[in-house]
Amino acid sequence: VPIRPPDLVLAPILPELVLAGVAMLILLVDAARPSRGGRAMAVVAFVGVLGAAAVVLRQWHVPAADDLTVLGGMVAVDRFALFFRLVILGCAALGVLLGAHYLERTGEGRGEYYALLLFATAGMTLLASAADLIVVFLALEVLSLSLYVLTGFSWSRLASQEASLKYFLLGAFSSAFFLYGIALAYGAAGTTSLGGIAEALSGPGQSTALALAAGGLLIVGFSFKVAAVPFHMWTPDVYQGAPSPVTAFMAAGTKVAGFAALIRVTTVALGPVSWELLPALVAVSALTMVVGSILAIAQDDVKRMLAYSSIAHAGFVLVGVAAANQEGVSGSMFYLVAYAAMILGSFAVVIVVSRTGEGRTSLRSYRGLARRNPVLGALLALFLLSLAGIPPTAGFIAKVLVFEAAVRAGLEGLVVVAVLASVVAAFFYIRLIVLAYMEDPEETERVPAEAAPGVALGVAAALTLVLGILPGLLLDPLQNAAVLRW
Amino acid sequence: VTGGFPWLTVTVFLPLVGAVALLAAAPLPRRRPEAGGFAGEDPWRWLALLVSIATFVVSLGILTEFRAEPGFQLVEDLDWIGPLNIRYVLGVDGISLFMVLLTTFLMPLAILASWRVDRQVPYFMASLLALETAVLGAFVALDLLLFFVFFEGLLFPMYLVIGIWGSGRRVYAAVKFFLFTMAGSALLLVAILFLAFRAESALGQVTFDLRELVGMDLPAATARWLFLAFFLAFAVKVPLFPLHTWLPDAHTEAPTAGSVILAGVLLKIGAYGLIRFNLTLFPGASEDFRGLVITLAVIGIVYGAVVALIQTDIKRLVAYSSVSHLGFVVMGIFAGTLQGMSGGVIQMVNHGLSTGALFLLVGLLYDRTHTRDLDRLGGLARRTPVLAGFFLVVALSSLGLPGLNGFVGEFLILLGTFDASRLPAVIGATGVILSAIYLLWAYQRSMHGDLPSELESTPDLSVREYAFMVPIVLAIVAIGVFPKPLLDRIEPAADRHVRLIAVDPASADAVRATGGG
Repeated sequence: VPIRPPDLVLAPILPELVLAGVAMLILLVDAARPSRGGRAMAVVAFVGVLGAAAVVLRQWHVPAADDLTVLGGMVAVDRFALFFRLVILGCAALGVLLGAHYLERTGEGRGEYYALLLFATAGMTLLASAADLIVVFLALEVLSLSLYVLTGFSWSRLASQEASLKYFLLGAFSSAFFLYGIALAYGAAGTTSLGGIAEALSGPGQSTALALAAGGLLIVGFSFKVAAVPFHMWTPDVYQGAPSPVTAFMAAGTKVAGFAALIRVTTVALGPVSWELLPALVAVSALTMVVGSILAIAQDDVKRMLAYSSIAHAGFVLVGVAAANQEGVSGSMFYLVAYAAMILGSFAVVIVVSRTGEGRTSLRSYRGLARRNPVLGALLALFLLSLAGIPPTAGFIAKVLVFEAAVRAGLEGLVVVAVLASVVAAFFYIRLIVLAYMEDPEETERVPAEAAPGVALGVAAALTLVLGILPGLLLDPLQNAAVLRW
Repeated sequence: VTGGFPWLTVTVFLPLVGAVALLAAAPLPRRRPEAGGFAGEDPWRWLALLVSIATFVVSLGILTEFRAEPGFQLVEDLDWIGPLNIRYVLGVDGISLFMVLLTTFLMPLAILASWRVDRQVPYFMASLLALETAVLGAFVALDLLLFFVFFEGLLFPMYLVIGIWGSGRRVYAAVKFFLFTMAGSALLLVAILFLAFRAESALGQVTFDLRELVGMDLPAATARWLFLAFFLAFAVKVPLFPLHTWLPDAHTEAPTAGSVILAGVLLKIGAYGLIRFNLTLFPGASEDFRGLVITLAVIGIVYGAVVALIQTDIKRLVAYSSVSHLGFVVMGIFAGTLQGMSGGVIQMVNHGLSTGALFLLVGLLYDRTHTRDLDRLGGLARRTPVLAGFFLVVALSSLGLPGLNGFVGEFLILLGTFDASRLPAVIGATGVILSAIYLLWAYQRSMHGDLPSELESTPDLSVREYAFMVPIVLAIVAIGVFPKPLLDRIEPAADRHVRLIAVDPASADAVRATGGG
């Protein structure tokens, strides 16, 4: 049988090509002329991210060919993918900004930070558009490997290296789960393409047991990436140990990309067995919200607290995923945008308060913050209120959307658990606001304003507020991005 | 959309505009105010005062446009969140009208009373104004989710006001307030979403619009669950026994303006929510739970009064008196008679005025004596006759002396409840007696008897203090003498609501007879 090579339609993966190309350029230039401070590389990386975003925007307005997948059914061409690419690129842009500021302070401004960040971004965007389990796996590895190295980027700091190793070991473990899931899925369906699996599973006489095992393992693999309980163990250590801009970028980007792929796999490939997988998703969602919220209370380091908060938020997004209806998909998408804005904003505050490196991350350092810098205090309060889901912030609307989808799907019990978890969570967000607003500062020195984090803070705060007051701006374009066929 | 001037939107958001302006102006240079004086102060107080007065003036526009009819008026209806059909719907009826006016009336007085707050003044004033927007929004929102946004939105500014500018255990009180209220309203969100979703099968599309949801058919068991979810949220706010424990702490530790707004307006959102949402949306379940609610209300009346009786902290005393008085309001609302409902609504206004005034007076006392301990006060009537006079009038109003405002509401409530169910009315009436005891006793202990030597040189009211005491006392007397304008506007709406759960829908005449005072 003659092998017919697939048509090479590269336009739909142009954003990834731009990102990888710029990353390689940075690597080459940095190898030839090791930079001092790396500011030039930051600019190049930033331009690269903007370039990729420009390509995505163009594709949004000029829909691609009628084919819904390219490269032999490997990559999906739909607005769902484009939407997530934009969100991820936004996270990357802020990651570059925050990184440039942070590395300049610590004197670790090496060019490979930007190269690795762009590679990770390319992996994330590819993950969002993968239409085949093999590509999902490839993209996961691309982003994970880059992040393992980024986590250990401060090689003089033991915590950073330890976090890197932990992340790597547990990440490798989860990759094995995921691969096993792919193998079983292939066994059940005879194909690894998402559409193909769906078709095979909906046919008569299929081995449901095998498909369920495959689905379960894939969900486990994703749960590692999005930090869902009980696969969240790595999160606090890694978020705390990694350099703060890396934490910010990965807390936002990995979760967004991981959920993009999770949503695609569960709604498309596992659509026919979604009813059977529902209890698993509901259980993971409920556990994640409850455990994340409760454990966050016991933390006295702000990065660890935000790590548990980010775990809890994975649970809230899962509420929308478990709803398994179109409202759930668009609700989860909205949630992820809101989450990315508020978690990036929170970590940007952490970076400014730390001044240099990883200092001042204990909760005590936030005492009297509002008096030492009123604007920073107000921004922190805004992000925390949004994380807690208090109107009029994006976090509130996001919760309303996923809860509505879940109620519609008959999951009232899960929503009750979710709102109770929100109340628990409010406790520790409020505690930080108490420290910032109602306690006397330990240091009286004013926290200085900084340009690069200032931009990141401004963008994140604007998104958090605007999406809370005028959510229609995002929800309307979401309506046709939340339709998933591939 | 009626197409006319957007009275409600302007009233609701004017304070927020002022708050934003204050935050923007916060970096301006500051000067410390002279104690008790008007002149030579930084601009923020004046800005806040002007904005709040302007809001009051605009809200008078609502009053002039209002017709004494049962339905919602001045309705504004815009798309907000299209895909979920969540709308920006505002409107007033006879019940919310006076809640709005009460809010806009009390706010300038509260700001005047806070003239001597000297820490982070622009932020304090901005918090108060943001709070006003949230409260006003909650009173006029007719879309359930929009209501929830305002309802939750008022938490944070109030929390700041208590936690930053409060006294003593302010942080504890602020966190307790926040968590109690948030926990109470968590299930409210689920219930709202559930209700809106049920509308899809019952009415053809998802809607959060109260006007469309009214009269929707719900299975009795579902309606009961939803009733409880709504009830929990509002019962915490009212607060109804046994969910009241946040209130004494919050009221006591809040600064004067915070206590005035908290007691005067915030608690009313709970009672208002019970009328607007519980009774309207779940009339069947409201009847089922009437016995329970009235029992809790009666326990609250007696318990609040008894606990108030043994307080030595005068601010705590007033706080517990609120628990007692709000019990009356809830009893009236759930009595199922027009008198009860009208009385409940007018008592909400009266309690806002009387208790607001009491907290203002406690603030005046504290400013002068730096104590709230009744054992350390006494004989002040000799040094501050005007203050004592105001205190007496307000105390008499609060205990329901005929001729002052408190009487009208309490009388109607007791009358209305007696018609429906005798025992609660009889037990509740003891609350009236007890309130006379604890209020007059508090007056006696602070104003009569021996004057402690350290209070020898206590000054009487200043011009600024007259400026906020005179309007509120005038309002108290005016409503007491001539409540008809209020009743005329409240009655149609009250009648509409009471028919939903009425024991005796035709009992509309007695109220007119008593309405003239």
